[in-house]
Amino acid sequence: MPIHDRTFVRSRRHALAAAVAGLLAGCGEQKPKAAFHAIDVTGATFGQGFALTDFNGQTRTLADYKGKVVALFFGFTQCPDACPTAMVKLAGIAKALGSDAARLQVVFITVDPERDTPALLREYVPTFDPSFVGLLGTPQQISEVAKSYKAYYSKVKGSTPDSYTIDHSTFTYLYDPQGRLRLMARHEIPAKDLEADIRALLKG
Amino acid sequence: MTRSNSPSRLAARAISFILLFTSGLACAQVTIADPWVRGTVGGMRATGAFMQITSKTDVKLVAAASPVARTVEVHEMAVVDNVMRMREVKSIAVEAGKPVMLEPGGYHVMLIGLDKPLTPGASVPITLTFEGRDGKRQQVQVKAEVRPLNAPAKDGASAKSGAAGAHHMHSK
Repeated sequence: MPIHDRTFVRSRRHALAAAVAGLLAGCGEQKPKAAFHAIDVTGATFGQGFALTDFNGQTRTLADYKGKVVALFFGFTQCPDACPTAMVKLAGIAKALGSDAARLQVVFITVDPERDTPALLREYVPTFDPSFVGLLGTPQQISEVAKSYKAYYSKVKGSTPDSYTIDHSTFTYLYDPQGRLRLMARHEIPAKDLEADIRALLKG
Repeated sequence: MTRSNSPSRLAARAISFILLFTSGLACAQVTIADPWVRGTVGGMRATGAFMQITSKTDVKLVAAASPVARTVEVHEMAVVDNVMRMREVKSIAVEAGKPVMLEPGGYHVMLIGLDKPLTPGASVPITLTFEGRDGKRQQVQVKAEVRPLNAPAKDGASAKSGAAGAHHMHSK
């Protein structure tokens, strides 16, 4: 069935519009000047961090990356399209940043804790850039983290039990070097705009 | 009785000859350009194949198969209200003379249940089944080149060119 089912799209659109309106209301009074390309969510109370395990088995929290701009993305390795596209875009930006790339940390959180093993994430994530980190957790942990980011994901049955796919939100969450959530970038954001935003956050 | 080349017999022969000829032609009516598969690493069990399909007549892509995957499906992906959704589609219509792109941000052939990693440089055989308006089916074989997992969304396009592939998502 087509993805563009109208009632569905409409209801989601309303829900999202309401959510975005809520976000904006929460931070509307401050800094209207910062001309970012992504959605400015400075002051947001959601997405305040995580405690998950990286693909080497080490516990990671947002505080580990203080001093860096963190770009956080929820995805899964069997995603044939959106996830690699987002990762390729971020890898291109890391390259373009040159020496500043050391101050960018891309974090990929899997929403497929059942199939994405540490070994698989360890192969998958650094393929895009060796500095990128992949995080995982129990299904419960992942669900809690996603909820705390208002990130949506949902399993969609496939023709066999292990061939399910996952619908998921595609925002990239951007933190400034002080560890504050500042921006949410849409999937469609051009790489040059995302790069400009990351550079702006790096400047402080 | 001598064999006669009666007009009706001749006509029948001519018709069967023409049918043979045109069905042969029909096979050449669908062309596939630039087929590629996104490579996989380690235990990845699924990936997507992309290509450009052109047909001289109206056809529908109705099925796909490949020896490298247990299940092959035709999918559409779209980001709707910032949520990526991927669904199997029953068919993709290919109108005469209008190329249809299977590319990131739109349609792809999904290879599910891979037995081993697909490494860049290898080629993956894929059989595509098309159905014409008359209900007749034809198969087209392609060999899709495996590109790196981190291949840009479009061939030759760099990440700098922006939201590749995502621009036409709301066109329906």
